Amino acid sequence: MDPKPADYAPAPLIEPGHSFSSVTDKISAVVLSRSQPLPWFLGISIGFMLTGILGMAITYLLLKGTGIWGINIPVGWGFAIINFVWWIGIGHAGTLISAILLLLKQEWRTSINRFAEAMTIFAVMCAGIFPLIHTGRPWLAAYWLFPYPNSMSIWPQFRSPLIWDVFAVSTYFTVSLLFWYVGLIPDLATLRDKARSRTPKIVYGFLSLGWRGSARHWQRYEHIYLLLAGLSTPLVLSVHTVVSFDFAIGIIPGWHATIFPPYFVAGAIYAGFAMVLTLAIPIRKWYGLEDFITLRHLENMGKVTLVTGMIVAYGYLSEAFFGFYSANKYEGFMIWNRMTGPYWYTYWILVFCNIIAPQVLWLRNVRTSPTGLFIVSLIVGVGMWLERFVIVVTSLHRDFLPSSWGMYYPTIWDWMTFAGTLGFFTTMFFLFVRALPMISIFEMRTLVPEAETPDGKGH
Amino acid sequence: MAAPAPEPVYGLLAEFDTPSALVAAAKRTYAEGYRRIDTFSPFPVEEAWEAIGHHDRRLSAIVLGGGLLGLLTGIGLQEWVHQLAYPANIGGKPLNSWPQFVPVVFELTILFAALAAVLGMIMLNGLPMPYHPVFNVPRFEHATRDKFFLLIESTDPRFDRRGTLEFLKGLDASQINEVEP
Repeated sequence: MDPKPADYAPAPLIEPGHSFSSVTDKISAVVLSRSQPLPWFLGISIGFMLTGILGMAITYLLLKGTGIWGINIPVGWGFAIINFVWWIGIGHAGTLISAILLLLKQEWRTSINRFAEAMTIFAVMCAGIFPLIHTGRPWLAAYWLFPYPNSMSIWPQFRSPLIWDVFAVSTYFTVSLLFWYVGLIPDLATLRDKARSRTPKIVYGFLSLGWRGSARHWQRYEHIYLLLAGLSTPLVLSVHTVVSFDFAIGIIPGWHATIFPPYFVAGAIYAGFAMVLTLAIPIRKWYGLEDFITLRHLENMGKVTLVTGMIVAYGYLSEAFFGFYSANKYEGFMIWNRMTGPYWYTYWILVFCNIIAPQVLWLRNVRTSPTGLFIVSLIVGVGMWLERFVIVVTSLHRDFLPSSWGMYYPTIWDWMTFAGTLGFFTTMFFLFVRALPMISIFEMRTLVPEAETPDGKGH
Repeated sequence: MAAPAPEPVYGLLAEFDTPSALVAAAKRTYAEGYRRIDTFSPFPVEEAWEAIGHHDRRLSAIVLGGGLLGLLTGIGLQEWVHQLAYPANIGGKPLNSWPQFVPVVFELTILFAALAAVLGMIMLNGLPMPYHPVFNVPRFEHATRDKFFLLIESTDPRFDRRGTLEFLKGLDASQINEVEP
């Protein structure tokens, strides 16, 4: 290659030639037009079908109990916990993009933050399903999950990481929803003013709270938006830390490790960025949004994926190193069993998916190729799911006493529930794309050249 | 341009094409002595609220208050549950095993602060407000799309229907409308 300076100039954040009204029209047209592209119908049909399967799987579970799953002693935490951790991890990219990149003044977050936040909310919904149904009879679980005065005068055990999880995940869901809704208010007002038929006018008008873009309102709005970003930043780091405590507080070899919190947080961001890419690449093509989600965005997301992937790789390395270096018989055996035991293939596929495959992102040609990035993002998604499988199953199935060893095989109901949440996620995402602006319109307006004010601080 | 009508008006609304024009006009209006003024823009324009002399810092205190309330709720809840309401010996740990209460205290602090931030913003902004006189101006639907507006309310002591209209005409406005109350 013969590098010229122009090769290194980054692609623009918004293609030239856009004005305030063209940005508005282009993004709101997706919501306000009667027709949708064909892939939308295909996507929502498949998603809705799988959601039906989820309903079946949960109904049968509630009738029969968790015995329909593959879990048993010694592996009492099967798919439910694997999927919970996987989904909640995916949710992390949304808050990272909307909060941390905002505080770091990364303007490229503007075109992807809205749907990354939506993705967070739907992923946390999917995650929340699993621990609830894992209790078997969720309607009886309320008193040990939530502190409320009940007739038995029993209170939750706040020393348990599982209760920390309840608080972390529900706080995360609430704050993400608030952040998302606050970001939507000005855009809902735009839709209210642009809608021509009565029903959307009323619905968007109701949801926009009568927003009129007053300078006094904008000042308070910007103030709390920044504060919310500041609050969400430690929150997002705390959520997967708490999830990792579910494991790290236990004494099982392979779980009882101090590296777990940072290693889980990096893995969460890694999986989350991969999911943002998985969603953004087809959507920008179907809806012709290449002007707003440019190659620069894709390339930047590829870079974040690569960096977090390297942190995750470091996590695997140090896990293996400390397994042997600890000179602890059980820790050493656990790592060796992971690599060569009955589940050896899950470990090595995981190494391929999470460490080897993403190395192609060092190549600029791959980072700027939507197809290449899409393939890598799918591989990473699979790899991160396998990581949770390896952590949960290979640690539990052979612990201290060979007499208590066993194998874990998921059943059809495990797979149906997992596929069902994928469908639920897809359905929610397509409904979101249909009903709400998937790119923040008012923030995109600030990227238009005319938005500059004399002092150069237009927003 | 609307002809002066005999009915009372809520104010006069001038329309601008760019944020720079709006900021310049707002600065001149403020310098002219008008105080009951507001600007409307499709995205936040920091200089616009500076120009009309608005800066509300109360939300910082509200969010801090929310966070402190969450902090105290988290500590109070867990200490009360484990020391008074339902003391239980778990693995020989002391009843006040406070390091294990930190995660819930932290989460509740964030939760209460975030709720205070959003509810505080909505309430200080007087939302939800489905009706506002400016919505009576048909052009105002562009305030959430691509135009910038400056409003001088008729309750301003310096407001004079003809004089203020003449003053607004001297600014770089593309349109001026009377706002029905």
